[in-house]
Amino acid sequence: MKIIYFSWLKEVLGFPEEKVTPPTNIKNVESLMKWLSKKSLKHKKIFLNTKNIRFAINHKIVNKKSKVKRKDEIAFFPPFTGG
Amino acid sequence: MIKVQKQKINISEQNKKLLIKKIGAAVNFTGIARSENKSGNIKYLEIEHYPRMTEKKIKEIEIYATKKWKLINCIIIHRYGRIKPGENIVYVGTAAEHRKNAFKACEFIIDYLKVKAPFWKIEKLNNKKIFVKSKKSDEKKVKINI
Repeated sequence: MKIIYFSWLKEVLGFPEEKVTPPTNIKNVESLMKWLSKKSLKHKKIFLNTKNIRFAINHKIVNKKSKVKRKDEIAFFPPFTGG
Repeated sequence: MIKVQKQKINISEQNKKLLIKKIGAAVNFTGIARSENKSGNIKYLEIEHYPRMTEKKIKEIEIYATKKWKLINCIIIHRYGRIKPGENIVYVGTAAEHRKNAFKACEFIIDYLKVKAPFWKIEKLNNKKIFVKSKKSDEKKVKINI
């Protein structure tokens, strides 16, 4: 599974993406975030307040109950500020 | 036509491209990088985006607006990378048979780009970096889930 981070999440972590292999009980975005937050203190920091985080699976915005699969590309980011 | 690019947008060139046969009105919007914020003078903006998803979202917005306001022509260009104050960031051009549709579509597109397209701004000041936060007022304008 490929995880991509943008904006301040990338800044806090110090890298833009990582490959992970979560255990089989990680079935949706919510449980993935909980699992990722245990990886390091930096991960814990970015997932501390998930209200400010948005997510996409394979370039599509989803909600935290959306299912995740092994080959998915999952992106975490703050709300958009373009324009 | 949509484009996500690093280089400056040639506004007059795009305005000319908008003018095609059968149109009765052409409207354009250009977003410009500000020179200051509450914390002081901005040296430059850094705009990050999510390749592939960005193009996909902009295309969806273009398709929706073109259908709803019967646009004859539509050009959306958004920049990323380092942008200095005074430089353009985004261009939206809409052309339709009548001005009302061209105006409405142009406003809709820029409102939706701000909230739906995966871009993030960082303001670089002399001694600090500010991750720009989204505005509630912008989010409230967006009522349709594209």
